[in-house]
Amino acid sequence: MARFIIRRLLQMVGVVAVLSVLLFAWLRSLPGGTVSAILGERATPETRAALTEAFGLDQPIYVQYLKFVQRAATGDFGVSTGVLPGTDALQIFVDRLPATIELSVAALGLAVLLAVPLGYLSARRSGSPLDSGLVILSLVGVAVPVFFLAFLLKYQFAVEWNWLPVSGRQDSLGCTRITNFFVLDGLMTREFDCSASALKHLVLPSLALATIPFAVIFRITRASVLEVLGEDYVRTAESKGLTARVVRARHVMRNALLPVVTTIGLQTGALLAGAVLTEKVFAWGGIGDALARAFEVRDYAVLQVLILAAAGIYVFINLLVDISYAIIDPRVRTR
Amino acid sequence: MRLKRTAPIALMAVAALSISACAESERDDSGGGDSGSSDLKDTFTFGAAGAPDVFDPLYATDGETFRITRQIHQGLLGITPGTADIQPELAESWEPSEDGLSWTFSLREGVTFSDGEPFDAEAVCYNMDRMYNQEGAGQQAAEYWTYFFGSFSDDPEGSLYDSCEATDESTAVINITRNTSSFPTILSLDSFSMQSPAALEAGDANNVQAQGEGFTYPEYSTNPVGVGPYVLESYDQANQTITLTANESYYGDAPATQNIVFRVIPDESTRRQELQAGSIDGYDLPNPVDWQGLEDDGNTVEIRDAFNILYMGLNPERNEALQDLRVRQAIAHALNREQLVQTQLPEGAQVASQFIPEAVSGYNPDLEPYPYDPDRAQELLAEAGQEDLTLTFAFPTEVSRPYMPDPQRIHDAFVQDLEAVGITVEVVSKPWNGGYLDDVSANGAYDAWLLGWTGDYNAADNFLGTFFSNLNQNDFHTSVMPWGETLSQDLQAADAIVDEGEREAAYQEINAQLRDEYLPGIPISHSPPALVVSGDVEGLTPSPLTAETFDTVTVSQ
Repeated sequence: MARFIIRRLLQMVGVVAVLSVLLFAWLRSLPGGTVSAILGERATPETRAALTEAFGLDQPIYVQYLKFVQRAATGDFGVSTGVLPGTDALQIFVDRLPATIELSVAALGLAVLLAVPLGYLSARRSGSPLDSGLVILSLVGVAVPVFFLAFLLKYQFAVEWNWLPVSGRQDSLGCTRITNFFVLDGLMTREFDCSASALKHLVLPSLALATIPFAVIFRITRASVLEVLGEDYVRTAESKGLTARVVRARHVMRNALLPVVTTIGLQTGALLAGAVLTEKVFAWGGIGDALARAFEVRDYAVLQVLILAAAGIYVFINLLVDISYAIIDPRVRTR
Repeated sequence: MRLKRTAPIALMAVAALSISACAESERDDSGGGDSGSSDLKDTFTFGAAGAPDVFDPLYATDGETFRITRQIHQGLLGITPGTADIQPELAESWEPSEDGLSWTFSLREGVTFSDGEPFDAEAVCYNMDRMYNQEGAGQQAAEYWTYFFGSFSDDPEGSLYDSCEATDESTAVINITRNTSSFPTILSLDSFSMQSPAALEAGDANNVQAQGEGFTYPEYSTNPVGVGPYVLESYDQANQTITLTANESYYGDAPATQNIVFRVIPDESTRRQELQAGSIDGYDLPNPVDWQGLEDDGNTVEIRDAFNILYMGLNPERNEALQDLRVRQAIAHALNREQLVQTQLPEGAQVASQFIPEAVSGYNPDLEPYPYDPDRAQELLAEAGQEDLTLTFAFPTEVSRPYMPDPQRIHDAFVQDLEAVGITVEVVSKPWNGGYLDDVSANGAYDAWLLGWTGDYNAADNFLGTFFSNLNQNDFHTSVMPWGETLSQDLQAADAIVDEGEREAAYQEINAQLRDEYLPGIPISHSPPALVVSGDVEGLTPSPLTAETFDTVTVSQ
């Protein structure tokens, strides 16, 4: 197991290294760039040249890359030019990660907690009106664009009924910041109104972000349970008189969960993609929001850090998925 | 089994208890001040489209930042609310010397910075010299200084600024190197605000460093000290909110509302929903298509006077057919600008007859736009032997500017107009920050393109000078035209005229020539940008320069 994990971690380093080269070259081969974004209509050839030189963007790409690697080795991943000018790009990532994790955990938690039991239920009562209803709901969940769903949710719950806030992470309550996980911070400092406000702000964005993972996980669970239910060992287990609960827990769910866990892992990675849009329309101020802004203003340093980190996280989550495989299915461990 | 299940929950509870023991609330529970009358709110909440860059306006370049620094800082000159005209602010009056190169400013007395330091002539000269003496990366970061004053003390030849003397406590003399209509008007720009010398020193304000591919800013840039009606209370980056509170030592009337909160909300439809839900009190630049709906919901759409120009640029160097005035006139006649203004641009927009809007001194009221006349356009093309003209005509994507709310739709309409008179159009588009601006100005990659300009202050030079003064490096490539040099020289001469009346006449003459003889591009329209506030908000005066101050704003409960 340890060897397996170490090998996967090394692979992760490799993936990030290769990606950094590709990303670096790709960002800089895009037309336009940081300098244009900063100067806008006011650009003159002189100011353009001066700024290009000051940023070192006039040097050959490989020189720029070597300098980047050199600095990165000391933990300096460059400074933001547009998202939050003057701030260390890595700091922006660190500051904004809690917002994205808070939202992703809420969304994924919601999706898993609803999708797995409902998927099981749907499979058990396959063909019933409940099953058909849930299948249609999951189709709608995949089909409706996130921004549109977000707009509808905000319109109904925030504008019309005024139950929940439209956007943002918290009201301006002057809350103390410790970890930047707002819900947690409020609990830690006993500023419970801060936690409550943060939770209220979480509802709509996590609903919007949860729809696609919910739909995908629901359908995989349903299909997977249906398949397992037809297996001989389930019939055997039932016929030898095991209680329904034992059959469900030890035989059906355990075997049906493998593809579900893979899917959850993949969806966690995909959450980041969904978060870009969701965070923007909910003014969430997380990684996704920063990524969208960084692309608009061609903030190279921030783009590099965020994309590389996202890739690293994605690979890491997949490692976790593989480990959980080994736990759920002992056969994997011996391979 | 049962034990096993409860164990994690118990563990988590213990963990939660232990972390809550180690964290202290740092919240100041004193609550907001009472702004006197109980039917008014003590906070005005504004939805900003983006986060501010730095709070030292010398290094700021974008509207989101200036909107905030404007509430904190003031300059020698201010802007009369609702106009583009200058008025006294920290200087009560000013007087040029005979040759126009030495300006004496009489300062307002009894003014202090928000840190208690006195505002006097020494402080004025400290600020001017501080800006002039920028070094290294500071020079690149001080973009507005470069743009309006030229160069810094290491290259005095190129600088408009020469020196500053404090002749007595309330008199400062600023010497400049040449005559220009821009001075002293440019001192009203936010970038050249007066800041506390002591705070600038303490915060190491000039210490801008190039690091990697960006700049790092000193501590001062997050702790600004000015004389304005508000001070920066906090910038909660995690929650993307900037809070300002009233400056206790402000020399003028105390702000009508104690606090201003700026919430960063990048998505426009979200800003609109926030306003509808009542969680913000206003936001800037609502999409013109929403204006009616916003009014119907009981909000106030404050329409500013247009202080911008949208034009179609032409490049006679890339496409030689465009060197013929008849071809350029044909394009002007072909474009149905009247219809564009009526169908696509916001209420109050006008067809442009010249490259400057009406509010700018030097506007020529006698000029009419070229009328929409496709037949005349075809005749002109035939006369020029250009019936088969092909134009590469570009527009930017991923952008919306106050003068150009939807570039693609404007472009579509013009492509149809051009094709209707027999011109073949090659359509090109590029993202605004993804090469469009480079292609227009550095690469000269298009025959025709859409671009515009929003004025910084009331001077024709800020428009015409920007477009045509620099003969060898301008987007319109006027250097290949026989009149290019004359135009450039005339513009520089007009800018240097000291007498206001004479200067205005000179610019009016140039505007007439630009329309009738030169036509380097086609002026399209002037579009008024708006900002929207809820029906509970009063006391906001829209500014054509988008330079609103919020100290007179009240919000009823």
